[in-house]
Amino acid sequence: MSTQDPSLDALLARGYQHGFVTDIESDTVAPGLDRDTVRFISAKKGEPQFLLDWRLRALDRWFEMKEPHWPKLHYTPIDYQDISYYSAPKAKTDGPKSLADVDPKLLATYEKLGVPLHERARLAGVAVDAVFDSVSVATTFKDRLSAAGVIFCPFSEAVQKHPELIERWLGTVVPYGDNYYAALNSAVFTDGSFVYIPKGVRCPMELSTYFRINAAKTGQFERTLIVADEGSHVSYLEGCTAPMRDENQLHAAVVELLALDDAQIKYSTVQNWYPGDENGVGGIYNFVTKRGECRGRNSRISWTQVETGSAITWKYPSCVLRGENSVGEFYSVAVTANYQQADTGTKMIHIGANTRSTIVSKGISAGHAQNTYRGLVSVMPGAHGARNFTQCDSLLLGSDCGAHTIPYIEVKNPQAIVEHEASTSRISEEQLFYCLQRGLSQEDAINLIVGGFCKTVFRELPMEFAVEAQNLLAVSLEGAVG
Amino acid sequence: MTTPLLCIRDLHARVADREVLKGINLEVPAGEVHAIMGPNGSGKSSLSHVLAGKPGYTVTRGSVTFKGQDLLALPPEERAREGVFLGFQYPVEIPGVNNAYLLRAALNAARRHRNEPEVDAFDFLTLVKARMQLMRMDESFLSRGVNEGFSGGEKKRNEILQMLVLEPSLAVLDETDSGLDIDALKVVAAGIQTLRSPERAIVLVTHYQRLLDHVTPDRVHVLARGRIVRSGGPELALELERRGYDWLLDDAA
Repeated sequence: MSTQDPSLDALLARGYQHGFVTDIESDTVAPGLDRDTVRFISAKKGEPQFLLDWRLRALDRWFEMKEPHWPKLHYTPIDYQDISYYSAPKAKTDGPKSLADVDPKLLATYEKLGVPLHERARLAGVAVDAVFDSVSVATTFKDRLSAAGVIFCPFSEAVQKHPELIERWLGTVVPYGDNYYAALNSAVFTDGSFVYIPKGVRCPMELSTYFRINAAKTGQFERTLIVADEGSHVSYLEGCTAPMRDENQLHAAVVELLALDDAQIKYSTVQNWYPGDENGVGGIYNFVTKRGECRGRNSRISWTQVETGSAITWKYPSCVLRGENSVGEFYSVAVTANYQQADTGTKMIHIGANTRSTIVSKGISAGHAQNTYRGLVSVMPGAHGARNFTQCDSLLLGSDCGAHTIPYIEVKNPQAIVEHEASTSRISEEQLFYCLQRGLSQEDAINLIVGGFCKTVFRELPMEFAVEAQNLLAVSLEGAVG
Repeated sequence: MTTPLLCIRDLHARVADREVLKGINLEVPAGEVHAIMGPNGSGKSSLSHVLAGKPGYTVTRGSVTFKGQDLLALPPEERAREGVFLGFQYPVEIPGVNNAYLLRAALNAARRHRNEPEVDAFDFLTLVKARMQLMRMDESFLSRGVNEGFSGGEKKRNEILQMLVLEPSLAVLDETDSGLDIDALKVVAAGIQTLRSPERAIVLVTHYQRLLDHVTPDRVHVLARGRIVRSGGPELALELERRGYDWLLDDAA
């Protein structure tokens, strides 16, 4: 995997070691990115040598790469040397002291989404010490997980406690040089999550439940690695329907999923980052690399995503179907309103025999938004009996938005069966009038119709999130039509 | 004398550049069933749409009062909440939207409007299941998408089911009888009869006499070229069945 001699890296690293020792006491690093920045981050985290070397190789690779411009996205160029790549977590006392100090608008949104009361305080950034409920609940969950032998912890903790697992699996699904943003993430990631499900273990709870209560602020370069050993099962939910405040504009996360023989991973995402205001000012740029590999026979990886946030979304959760009879699934709802732009989709790479994949993508555009589905279905020569079914539907609300579907299909095995269905429709006047005539308000009618349009995806979400996701859709489209 | 529930005066309306209603005058008192008949293109559906407030129609002259208030000033959803129900000629499919969910949302929208408490899921199911029995509909309809994959007859029954749950003061049923076989026609007619009461009015828009065999109207009006050209009792419908519309069209010209 290495493109460079590690010992050379080590040698080069030595020369700089003294240069940053004093800096380690500081909480933030000055803007800019070079090998010293990476060493600083790694030292701050007290990482083992192999990880530092890996980061440095990633950085070197990144310097050679160019920012991709093939997506259908428009934004002002990002100055990567103008970003600060490390800042220590803020002191707990920084946040509002209680819910009474929180912006009422934010609380109103939580209300609409139906976020449980005890979670609101944490989401709004209220000093964690004040949120006793959550802490005790989280501890209970932790006990149950460790009893089952499941490892679920912050990535940085895993680096300290289970370095052998990290060294073995990190970068084996998304190599550090995979793409521009993945390389950047590999060099400078600060934290994220690590999950390991031992052989034959069915994770005793949706990791979503745990995650929502215990999620730490992981920063803009998040790294997630989930390994499901033979015969294990896990369902993981990332993110939250509630809007999270975040000052970082650029986000470049990497998520790697690895399923060994007979293992199953279900990964659900609800992404609701700040999309910018109604004129398109501000908002988060979200450039994410997500890939799962069904390495083992009969393994299965499902991605379900509800994307309503961010000014820009660049994201293609993919499945590499290497193991025989393995299954990849992608269910997506992407909502863009105002001036949001999304270029999202998936890749299904069929390598093993009898591999199957399903893609269901629902894109909704309102206002001046642009929504692109970009997908690749690739069937390699050895994938005898491979099957894919793809369905891409786009719904337009209003006349200034756009929906684009760009499917790539490469089939190198004559027995493979690949089906693709696509549709683009405007929200129908007939449907709208039918609902109005039954007494529903315009807004309720639109939410109802859009919710129906997304139903096949919503039912893939963990139960407690399906309802919230529906509400989130309503909040996202508020005032988008009318 | 009390004011009629629905009072239409000199109603003119256009779709794009075409004048579809050319001076309709009609009074429907509470407790009565009126049939509106007429050949294709006479303006029957347009009249239903204008009453319900369908976008695309422009009222150029005249007035419509409903329960004494200016109906045309209200947006479609408020007309519905006030008790105007349109049974659609071609009920639209709304894929993925649960039939029961829409109906409950509709019922609660009307109840909120009347400052009544919303019905909970349990009471709603009890109510809707009783009505479904009357309409001889299987309970599986509740969890299906609104009109999704319904046959023509099933869609029409679903319209009447909605009407029976919402209990509107004025039901305008636009060719609810078309596309029904004899058995379905009887079920639909029975549903309509159930709604008949001294405080409600029903307007049946239809081509044929056969629905009127089961639901005897108090008044029959013949619409031709955007105007009512003849009004009468139930015997007028029988006469139309015998003689067709041609003899009336000459009057309208």
